[in-house]
Amino acid sequence: MNTAFTTKTKTLPTLLLLAVTTLFAATGCAASSESATPTASASAADSITIEDAWVKAADDGMSAAFGTLENSGDTDITVVSAESPASTMIELHETVENDAGEMVMQAKKGGFVIPAGGSLELAPGANHIMLMGLTAPLVAGDDATFTLTLSDGSSYEFTAPAKDYTGANETYEGDMDMDSDTAN
Amino acid sequence: MDDDQHPADRRVSRRHLLLGGAAAGLGAAGSVGIAAAVTHTGEPVAVADVDLNGRRTVPFYGVHQAGIETVPQAQVTYLALDLLDTVDAGALKRMMRILTGDAAQLTQGESALADSEPELALVPARLTVTFGFGPGLVARTAKPAPSWLRPLPAFTIDRLEDAWTGGDLLIQVAADDQLTVAHATRMLLKDTRSFATLRWTQSGFRRAPGSEKPGTTMRNLFGQVDGTVNLTPGSADFEKLVWGTSSPGWLAGGTGLVFRRIAMDLDKWDKLDRGGRESAVGRTLAVGAPLTGTKESDEPDFAATTAIGFPVIPEYSHMRRARSENPDERIFRRGYNYDDVPTHTAVSNSGLLFVSFQADVDAQFVPVQKRLDDLDLLNEWITPVGSAVFAVPPGCTSSGYIGDTLF
Repeated sequence: MNTAFTTKTKTLPTLLLLAVTTLFAATGCAASSESATPTASASAADSITIEDAWVKAADDGMSAAFGTLENSGDTDITVVSAESPASTMIELHETVENDAGEMVMQAKKGGFVIPAGGSLELAPGANHIMLMGLTAPLVAGDDATFTLTLSDGSSYEFTAPAKDYTGANETYEGDMDMDSDTAN
Repeated sequence: MDDDQHPADRRVSRRHLLLGGAAAGLGAAGSVGIAAAVTHTGEPVAVADVDLNGRRTVPFYGVHQAGIETVPQAQVTYLALDLLDTVDAGALKRMMRILTGDAAQLTQGESALADSEPELALVPARLTVTFGFGPGLVARTAKPAPSWLRPLPAFTIDRLEDAWTGGDLLIQVAADDQLTVAHATRMLLKDTRSFATLRWTQSGFRRAPGSEKPGTTMRNLFGQVDGTVNLTPGSADFEKLVWGTSSPGWLAGGTGLVFRRIAMDLDKWDKLDRGGRESAVGRTLAVGAPLTGTKESDEPDFAATTAIGFPVIPEYSHMRRARSENPDERIFRRGYNYDDVPTHTAVSNSGLLFVSFQADVDAQFVPVQKRLDDLDLLNEWITPVGSAVFAVPPGCTSSGYIGDTLF
């Protein structure tokens, strides 16, 4: 499988988040998804926001984050990678039909494109931010912080509350041990 | 309705989309008053979207929680939850943040986070979600509970069942549309899965919106006008007696909630003639006027006597017993009827979800209920079978959450 972070192009404070030893102490700060703020002044980050961000609560292993990315700018923005203290590894995933006709998820080549003046929905059964290795239990009501690295090197940070959710059990291509429920 | 003045062709085209050829005949009918027209299937003509009651919303954020001063919606579901043993103050805080976020969105006609059926959220129909904290919840925080936050004293008429009594967390979900209530209820209960289990659910109803003139006092299933003398939201009395601040600081802007499930024996009530029914309450069935008056709003004359010297409004009547000489012993009632599935050979399982709001349960509700427990002819036909008391925390801002003053 492809690993994440390969397209990161700029040294930003967000690199600090890469330290996989970061202790994820989710303390439920007051910030909600609406309070997400850009962390750099670069143009792409200034144009991007996320609405209704949330992450699926999980004890360990994998999880996924969702929301609607919006681009208020007049040029397309590509999200090339995502990082979070909540997970040692994160990939940008899409859900596609494989040769066997099953809906499976896989790394989105080239990242997520948010069209100019438009939006991109991250949702169960569709595009999502995949957390591949939780650093600590992600319990309902905790906040997880994410940093998206954009194609121009700028980054955008947001927090997403964890929610209990029994869906989002897409088969992961290449990992047959996972729950085999497929998304509808 | 001003809507009646809208061009008929617009309505017809809307119907035409829905009904195809069936609307063609309706088009002809349009010339004779389309606003009142009904299709042959009995469906009313669609009204403009802007007029839909389903679009109406009640603000979520504020000094007080919504769903108290809010004009009572047609449908309600009360949920009482028991917290899991493992839930501490930190977990409570997480739970209330999640619940608050979803309640805030759903009440504004927006889907909740992770809403599996987001389309169901698009008809808010004046949805409100109101939270109440039981003694077991407050005990898990570092803050003191108000002295009245405990089970009510045992009354002799009570036949309380565990299935309808108590609870750590109360959620009142109310809207003018039952589908809206059902969806919101499910979303909120899914949020609580890691924190609590469902103890009881009790649903109730009033008249549907548009069935009666707004402001009409509810009737209960005995046919009585129920709730005539009530505190008025926005009044000085309401401020003092509902939002009064005799409680711990975290409850400022909040109030106390008494929940009583009162079974009404309709079969026994059937045996009582109209005169007996009216004297049991002290009001007429026709308009709810005191037996000494002609209008619902008339003040009762307790001194008036009949030709043979008995009080016109009997000493044992519910209205007389519920009245206190002490003006501070008043409450704000916001109850609903229930009509559940009958058991055994009965044909009815009906009653009242009595809900009252008052700043101090012990000072305002308990004395009134004691008088009714001592003497109230209505007790012949009613039996409290469920009971609970909750502290209703204040409202919050968009950057806070319900209960944030408690942590």
